[in-house]
Amino acid sequence: MNARILPLYATIVIFLIAYLICYIQFPAMLSTRVVGNLLTDNAYLGIVAVGMTVVILSGGIDLSVGSVIAFSGVFVAVMLRDTDLHPLIVFALLLGITTGFGAAMGALIHGLAMPAFIVTLAGMFLARGAAYMLTIDSVPIDHAFYDVLDAYYRMPGGGRLTLIGVVMLVTVFAGMIIAHRTRFGTSVFALGGGEHTARLMGVSVGLTTVKIYAFSGFMAGLSGIVFSVYTGSGYPLATVGTELTAIATVVIGGTILTGGSGYVFGTLIGVLTMGLIQTYIVFDGSLSSWWTKIVIGLLLLLFILLQKGLLTLGQRQRSSPT
Amino acid sequence: MTPRLRRLAPQLLTLIAVIALVTAYFPSFLSVELSDGRLVGSAIDVLKRGAPVALLAVGMTLVIATRGIDLSVGAVMAICGAASAWAITSGYGLAPALAIGLGAGVLCGLWNGLLVAVFGIQPIVATLILMVGGRGIAQMITEGRILTFSHEGFAFFGAGNVLAVPTPIVIWICTGIAFGLLVRRTALGLLIESIGINRPASALAGVNARVLLIAVYVASGLCAAIAGIIVTADIRGADANNVGLWLELDAILAVVIGGTSLLGGRFSIAASLLGALIIQTIDTGILLAGFPSEFNLVIKAGLVVVILVLQSPKLSPQLSRRLKRARGTGAPRDPKEATE
Repeated sequence: MNARILPLYATIVIFLIAYLICYIQFPAMLSTRVVGNLLTDNAYLGIVAVGMTVVILSGGIDLSVGSVIAFSGVFVAVMLRDTDLHPLIVFALLLGITTGFGAAMGALIHGLAMPAFIVTLAGMFLARGAAYMLTIDSVPIDHAFYDVLDAYYRMPGGGRLTLIGVVMLVTVFAGMIIAHRTRFGTSVFALGGGEHTARLMGVSVGLTTVKIYAFSGFMAGLSGIVFSVYTGSGYPLATVGTELTAIATVVIGGTILTGGSGYVFGTLIGVLTMGLIQTYIVFDGSLSSWWTKIVIGLLLLLFILLQKGLLTLGQRQRSSPT
Repeated sequence: MTPRLRRLAPQLLTLIAVIALVTAYFPSFLSVELSDGRLVGSAIDVLKRGAPVALLAVGMTLVIATRGIDLSVGAVMAICGAASAWAITSGYGLAPALAIGLGAGVLCGLWNGLLVAVFGIQPIVATLILMVGGRGIAQMITEGRILTFSHEGFAFFGAGNVLAVPTPIVIWICTGIAFGLLVRRTALGLLIESIGINRPASALAGVNARVLLIAVYVASGLCAAIAGIIVTADIRGADANNVGLWLELDAILAVVIGGTSLLGGRFSIAASLLGALIIQTIDTGILLAGFPSEFNLVIKAGLVVVILVLQSPKLSPQLSRRLKRARGTGAPRDPKEATE
């Protein structure tokens, strides 16, 4: 069996077991209300995590996404307040800006041959600073179109399948196709396997790097729009540290942080696992929210050690004469 | 002495330029006076507020020199601050409280070092675990509250004075000198650099890379512990949520401004400390000069990009070649190659 898919199976099994434990303790966990909320509450995280998955598959990292989400929310809120533009035009403008921003970071990473870590760190400062410069207040969004975006489908059992939850699922599906079924996706995996080998294979490294970070920037912008629908406002201090949560969900989702191996679908499971932990804490009522952090830290450790073990196992198999 | 000065020249010039700029907008920036038996003034304030980042930068320099990175230092600050505050409120007295705080930092460093050196996990991932989980642990210690205390002996480390100089300044300068002497007056610094440049090769040459790697992460944990104790002592309370929040990024920035490459190898603790001072001068200067603090992050971002261009392995050979031709000498001028 392919050893690379094992982390994905492990992720799914852990998620199912965790859900079962929650269900046995609180049967209401399986109601459509909880499931619907799980999707809605984590919609923005799921979308940004798809972009992060592609970046990490290529062996890079994007620390700017949390700030870009905050910038997007502020940008949308300020534009809707100060101009008469239709939200859809504002969204298109915003996605253009964030995609261009990502592409610029990709160009810097490739052009300067610097680690993605420090380039996107500068991007993180810049996006957060740009958000501050637009406004330092929380700006409410009060536009008739936003009531349309708040639409939901009432599932049997009273649960709400919201539009943003559906957007998240569609994004994950699109991400799966892009990463696993297109030429661009193949280039991303090749780059994650090693820049030198990728170049020998005929992958245009520079162009792919730019595209990868542009994709992540686009996803961060989309996530920012969803977040603005979710909260109904734009706030420059929002989503501080979301980049780390996104990286954690990608790792829990079974993607190897050195790049070259992983599944976008696993990231969705990672996001849902994180949401499940928070939902459990809410249901229990007596646990503090800091348990979320500790459990996520432990899950990270578990998955990293699992991946490390699988990698060494694979290397041993390869090096042993057959 | 000359090569060392040349190594520090870009950072010193930047610091002088930043100070000159701030002084132009806020003339009394450099004036220091003695009041109530202690020094007060904006410059002293910069030195004091810069203490946590300066301390973190000392440990971070060593970690980055081995081609690693330590994302957990902010969380470690929270853990150590919480641990020592807990010891003080439980009535253990001053010395045990300090020992518990520093011990917690060493333990955290040991954990990171083991993951990196023994399990072979990428540093950024290994330290991410403690970065995410660490604040949870700190909140477990404080039970989710802000643990306040009133203990003059402990508060001395954050708000006291030694010969009219605020204690945090004395602590970070002494720590910097101690680590500087330790790595530069022994072969340790050279060995750390050799691991950063090529770990397998240095291991073949007989360098005990595993033990040294663990040691640099322990050093980073220890520096974070000292920083955590200073911040906790200063506010007389352990705030697990906010102590050291995002300071790891400032510390990494300080090291990068100091000209130590993230790709490992040659390092300079003094340059990193200058980097920390540059960051703090900008932070304080923007406030003093009356600019809205919103500009702070954008200026920092611009600074990082400029430094990245200067350090870039693709651009720097061309730049130094051009400079060589212009000067007619063989001396490399960019910060990375100009190391002593």
